[in-house]
Amino acid sequence: MKIFATYNIKGGVGKTSAAVNLAYLAGEAGYRTLLWDLDPQAAASYVFRVRPRVKGGAKGLIRGARPLGDAIKGTDFDLLDLLPADFTYRNMDLALDKAKKPARQLSRLLGPLAGEYDIVFLDCPPSISLVSENILHAVHTLLVPIIPTTLSERTFDQLTGFIDSLNGSRPEVLAFFSMVDRRKRLHRDITERLPASRPGIASATIPAMTLVEQMAVRRAPVPAFAPRSAAAQRYRELWAELRTRSGTADPATPG
Amino acid sequence: MLARRIATALEPRYSIAQETRRRERQVWLDTFDWRLHSAGLVLRQLSTGSGRGGHSMGVTGSRPSAELVLTTDAGEQVASAPLGSPRWPALLDAIPAGALRDRLDPVAGVRALLPLARAEGTMTLFRVLDGEHKTVARLRLEVASLAQPVGGTLPARLVLTPVRGYQPDTDRAARLLAAADGLVPGSRSVFQAVLANTGRQPGDYRDKVAVTLPAPAPARAAVAGVLLGLADTIEANVGFVIRDVDIEFLHDLRVAVRRTRSALKLAGDVLPRDLAARFAPEFKWLGDLTTPTRDLDVNLAGFGDLAGRLRAAAPADLEPLRVQLAQRRVTERRKLLRGLRSARFAELMTAWRAALDDAAAARPRRGRHQGPDAGTVAADRIGRAYRRVVKRGAAISAAGTAGGPPAEDMHSLRKRCKELRYLLEFFGSLYEPAALRRAVKDLKGLQDCLGEFQDAQVQRDEIREFATQMLTQRATQGTRRHHRPAPPGPGELAAAPRRWQPAPAGPGAGELAATLLAMGELTARLDAQQRRARAEVAGRFGEFAEAGVLRTLGIGGRAAMS
Repeated sequence: MKIFATYNIKGGVGKTSAAVNLAYLAGEAGYRTLLWDLDPQAAASYVFRVRPRVKGGAKGLIRGARPLGDAIKGTDFDLLDLLPADFTYRNMDLALDKAKKPARQLSRLLGPLAGEYDIVFLDCPPSISLVSENILHAVHTLLVPIIPTTLSERTFDQLTGFIDSLNGSRPEVLAFFSMVDRRKRLHRDITERLPASRPGIASATIPAMTLVEQMAVRRAPVPAFAPRSAAAQRYRELWAELRTRSGTADPATPG
Repeated sequence: MLARRIATALEPRYSIAQETRRRERQVWLDTFDWRLHSAGLVLRQLSTGSGRGGHSMGVTGSRPSAELVLTTDAGEQVASAPLGSPRWPALLDAIPAGALRDRLDPVAGVRALLPLARAEGTMTLFRVLDGEHKTVARLRLEVASLAQPVGGTLPARLVLTPVRGYQPDTDRAARLLAAADGLVPGSRSVFQAVLANTGRQPGDYRDKVAVTLPAPAPARAAVAGVLLGLADTIEANVGFVIRDVDIEFLHDLRVAVRRTRSALKLAGDVLPRDLAARFAPEFKWLGDLTTPTRDLDVNLAGFGDLAGRLRAAAPADLEPLRVQLAQRRVTERRKLLRGLRSARFAELMTAWRAALDDAAAARPRRGRHQGPDAGTVAADRIGRAYRRVVKRGAAISAAGTAGGPPAEDMHSLRKRCKELRYLLEFFGSLYEPAALRRAVKDLKGLQDCLGEFQDAQVQRDEIREFATQMLTQRATQGTRRHHRPAPPGPGELAAAPRRWQPAPAGPGAGELAATLLAMGELTARLDAQQRRARAEVAGRFGEFAEAGVLRTLGIGGRAAMS
């Protein structure tokens, strides 16, 4: 079971869009996929029309009052399930802090799902917290959406520096440019220059397109309601890159 | 129409959205002897006309053109597998390796899957949506009519499948559907409707035959009835043997012939005069015709097991033997088919049936006795067969030869045991079922031991025969090679003068040696198996003799027959 997470300290950079679309594409490719909406804002749960409620809340999950599997909901799409958000996730740090080995709790919770899923996507809330540290320990590849600005180079270096400072298992980092506007010269410059000097940056970029924003209106992933669109194509490229870079084996069950 | 009724039943809490609709063909499959049905399983092949499903809510991965789905009688899915372009009947290896084949293997074994019926119709998939337009369940509506072997209507089938995490919604939707007019919770499976239409009855083929008449009925009619049943078995299997569908058809045919011969030998005297004498040689011919192919079938089916037991040699060393067996089977099957397609066989079966029908129906001429009754004949023949077993067995036990009795005595005792077993089967219905079961069980222990010995003996003889053949073949090929060297290849004529040379020992000599050594090891293993059986036989016989089969069945001393 491969675990991926979309993560950034900042909000509104395209984390949820990436998590939703990549998870959909993984299911489409034949991987048994779970998307865990860890963000109390519950945007991913909303897109999949799943009520953002988990019995027992964050505390119940972390204490192990009920198995994680009980809270999973099937989406409208084959092979793609969702672990919905819950408003109590905003206090997840507190619940984690009370547990033993607080930074390893998410890994422990996900362990029993290994036989059921090939891929897990974590859609993370924007912050640096105990939750983020848990995520960094649990995942194989950290997907980091970056908006191409002058600060993006610095943001990327800060993040890789932080990850390098971690003890124990560290995730691979795959950053990708998000909300790219090719009409802006700055965007063009940075998306061309930065990947040449930083190895962890994907060549696929996600454009700023109204179609991506439409996900919240259509309440479905882009490749589901506009499979031939340019936006869907870009997410497919990103998915292909993630799959190759993470060394994800072919799915056992053909889609 | 039906979709409208479903939608109305679910309103206002749920709505439905059609996902796909496609033409679908269904084929129900089982083995000839209903093994799947006996195990509470239903196997269906579903295929779409276009070869593509187009299912699944925007997920666009390609889907197989056909799918095999195994369910329980109650309709719960057990396993499924994609399938290319299957042609039925087929053996299990036509199914891709995986959960479905693993589940079927212990049930169907070497038996082929045969199509029982074929239906054509449409399959429509709906999503059941809640107020948020979230899919909470899926509905599959199958509307089909039987196309083969006969036409007929089938009840429409509606299957509701929950989406994970939405079981309460699925339960609620199921309740709403169950309360709707014209929709009945499926107690009677579509498979039962298929069978009712085709007139088939699960278990309508059995490889066992027993008298169906009561004990006071004339023995002549009872024995003729048994033989007619055996003739049915022979004829039910012969077509499948000719098509080489699976190896059990030949086995069942052969057992029916052997039972026929035993019945003629042991109770043929109650039939009209000359009938047994007339037909016995013909059934011997038929039995002999089937022997070589059956022996090869057994060897090839058990080959993997046998090769796996090798310790000093590698299983691959035996491959030339397997090839030899397979080639020999092709030749032997040709002879078998010539026999089964011959006028001699056709005439035998026609004349045999006519004679048995006469025997079963014939009334004795006025003033003449109608002959002994079935009960008396059964007691008499079982009694005699039992005493023959006891006599041979006692002789074997008394001889106390070091290492056990000689092979011929073991074989002879085995044949006597078989005769007793067949008589118990033919006349079994005249006795208490529990008593009969116990009698058969007592006999079976002894039979198993003797069977193990004899099977090993047959295999040893065959291995020796094959080894001789392989060496002879190689010697012949060597001589040919010596006299006829390969013609020169292009460009070789200009080379140094070619000299005649004896054929080299050549590649294959090493391979042959490895095969023969492996065969030697197998022989040693079979010898050990025989020693074990030999050492056991006296003890097994003692248990059998003590059990007192006749007493169990309530057959007293020497039955007197008029």
